[in-house]
Amino acid sequence: MLDLLFDASFMASVPRFVTPILLAALGGALCERAGVFNIALEGFILTGAFAAVLGSYFSGSPWLGAIAAMAAGIAIGLVFAEFHLRRGGDAIVVSIAINILAAGLTTYLLRAIFDVMGAFSDPAIVGFQPVRIPLIADIPVLGRVLSGQSPLVYVALLAVPAVHIFLARHRLGLRMRAAGENAAALEAGGVSPRRVRLWALVGCGTFCGLAGAQLSIANVNLFVENMSAGRGWIAIVAVLLTRGRPLPLFLIAAIFGTVDSFSFRVQGLGLAQQFTDMMPYLATLMVLVALSWWRKRQTA
Amino acid sequence: MRKHIYRTLLAGDLLSWLGVAGAILAVILVLMLMVGAPVGEALQGFWSGAFGGRRYAYLMTTLSRAAIIIGMAVSVLLSFRAGLFNIGGEGQLVAGGLVAALTAILLPGPPLLVLAVSVLAAMLAGALWALLAGVLQLYVGVPLLVGSLLLNYPARYIASYLVAHPFRDVPSGMLQSHLVPQETWLPYFPGTRLDIGILFIAAASIFAVIYSHATLHGYHARLNGLSPDFARAVGLPVKKLALQTLAMSGAIAGLVGAIAVFGIHHRYIDGMLVQPLYAWTGIIAVLLVGMIPWAVPLSGFFFAAVETGAAGMERAAAVPKEIALVIQAVIILFVASRVSGALSVSAERKGADDA
Repeated sequence: MLDLLFDASFMASVPRFVTPILLAALGGALCERAGVFNIALEGFILTGAFAAVLGSYFSGSPWLGAIAAMAAGIAIGLVFAEFHLRRGGDAIVVSIAINILAAGLTTYLLRAIFDVMGAFSDPAIVGFQPVRIPLIADIPVLGRVLSGQSPLVYVALLAVPAVHIFLARHRLGLRMRAAGENAAALEAGGVSPRRVRLWALVGCGTFCGLAGAQLSIANVNLFVENMSAGRGWIAIVAVLLTRGRPLPLFLIAAIFGTVDSFSFRVQGLGLAQQFTDMMPYLATLMVLVALSWWRKRQTA
Repeated sequence: MRKHIYRTLLAGDLLSWLGVAGAILAVILVLMLMVGAPVGEALQGFWSGAFGGRRYAYLMTTLSRAAIIIGMAVSVLLSFRAGLFNIGGEGQLVAGGLVAALTAILLPGPPLLVLAVSVLAAMLAGALWALLAGVLQLYVGVPLLVGSLLLNYPARYIASYLVAHPFRDVPSGMLQSHLVPQETWLPYFPGTRLDIGILFIAAASIFAVIYSHATLHGYHARLNGLSPDFARAVGLPVKKLALQTLAMSGAIAGLVGAIAVFGIHHRYIDGMLVQPLYAWTGIIAVLLVGMIPWAVPLSGFFFAAVETGAAGMERAAAVPKEIALVIQAVIILFVASRVSGALSVSAERKGADDA
C-alpha cells in the first residue's frame, strides 16, 4: 500500500485531481468572503465542464474551450446574481435550483446538440497537452508532479497566491471582505455591497468554469452526465473549513484531491468500485468531523 | 410573514406573475425549438404523458411518482420548519429502500408480518441515517447542511455495493437485488395500475400536519425553527427537539423508500432512488410553496406531472425529457425568489451555527 502512495505515476496524477477542487474552492472562497452563501458550486463546475467540451469541439482549441467554460461559469454566476442579489431569493434556494438547472440543461443540450445520452466523446474534442517545464522536469519524482501537467494546473497554483493578495491588498478584494463582514459599513462608505457581491459571483463563475474545463478537456477528452460528481460539495466543505482563506484552502484541497486520486488509483486492486468511489466523500467527512471537533474543543 | 406569502402567492401583483409565467414559457419554447420539435405535438404529448394514456395509465404513473415526491417533501418539510436544513433526504431514502428490500428478502414468515417488519425497519434505517447527521451537527459541530448532504454518498455506494455483490440477483444480469416475495407487493387499486402506497404517503402527510400544528411537541419544534434563541431562552430542550425532528423526518424518507420497493419496483435496483432526483424534487416542491403544508401535495403533484409530461413529450416529439429538470429549476428560480422569505430564518440560523 505504501509503495503505491509513493509511486511516481500516482504522484504525477495527484495535481489532476487537486486542481478541479482547488479552482472551485477558490471561487467558493470569493463568495464566502463576500457574504454570498453559494452552495451551487456543483452546478457551476458541471456547466463549465460542458461548455469546455462544446468550445473545444467547435473551435478545435482547448484554450477556446477553457474560455467558453469561463464564460458559461460567469453566465451561471449572473443567473445566481439576478435571482439572489436582485430579486432577493434565498441563497440556498437559488443554489439548489441552479444545481438542478445545470444537471438538466447539460443533459438536455448533450442530447439536443450531439444526440447522445450519458457521455459524449469525439476526436474533435481537443484536450490540453501536458506542459513540460525545463529543469524542473528533470528533478526526480517531484519533476513528474510539477512538470507535465495541464496548463490549468499551473493556473490553479498561481491563483492561490493571487487570490490571497487580491483579498489582502486589492481594493475590490477588501471591499469583498467588507461586504462579507459588515455590509452596512461598506454601504455607509458609499459602496454597494450588492455590486461587490456580483463581482464575487463573476469571479466564482470564472474559477468554477476552469475547474470544469480541467475535468472535461484536461483530465479526459469527453463529457459525462453529472461529471462534477460531488466535487462541488467537497470544495464547499473546503471553503467552510477554512472560512475562505486561500492558503489553508490550498492545503485542504490538496488533501481532498490526493484522496480522490488515491481512490482512483486503488481501483482494480480487488477492492469493490463502490468503496473506492466512496473514499473521497468519507475522507471529506472525516476531515470535517476532525476539524469541527477540534474547533469545538478550542472554543469550549 | 405568512400572510405576506399567501398574498403574494394568490392575489398580489398579478401582472408580474404573468411576466414570470411568460418568462418560463419562453425558456421552454426556446429549448423545444432548439431540437426542432413540433410544438403542437409536443404539448399534446406532454398532456397525455402526464394525465392521459390508455385507461389513464399515465395519470396513474404521475400519481405514483407524486406520492414519492410528496413523501420526500413532507420529510423535509418537518425538518425545514424546525429550522433544520436537512438536505440528506436522498441518503435516508436509499437507506430505507435498501433495508426494506433486504429485510423482505431475508425474513421468513407470513407476508403481512414481513411487510410490516420491513416497512418499520426501513423507517428505522432512515431515522438513524438522519440522526447521524444530527449528532454530527449537535455534538461535533459539523453544519447539518453539509453533513447531511455528504452522508448521501456513503448511503448510495453502500446500497450499490450490496446489490452488486452479496445480494445481487445474478441471473438477471442487472445491478439489483432479488425480488421481494410477491405476497408482500402492495396491491393495486381495483381496475388500475396504481398501488396503494399513495395511502401510506397520505397517512404520513396527515400525521405530519397534525403533529406540526396540533401537538405541543410539534409546536415547540416549529418555535425552535422560527427563533432558536427564544426557544432556548424559555428552556426548551432544543437539542432533543432537533434530534427527534430529524428522526421523524428520516423515518418518513425511509417509509418512502419502502413504498418505492413494495409498490413500484418490487426490489432494490441500483440508482432507482437516486437517478430520478426524488429527494431534490421533494425539496423544491416544499420551496415552491414557501413551506405551506396544505400546498405541498399540490406542488408535489405538479412536479410529478412535469416529469411524466416531459417523458410523454419525448415519446411524442423527441424532446429530451431532461427538459423537466430545466422547467422545475426555472420555476423555482422565479417563484422561490418571491416566497423564500420564510426560509431566511433557517439561513440566518445557519449563519449562527457556522460562526
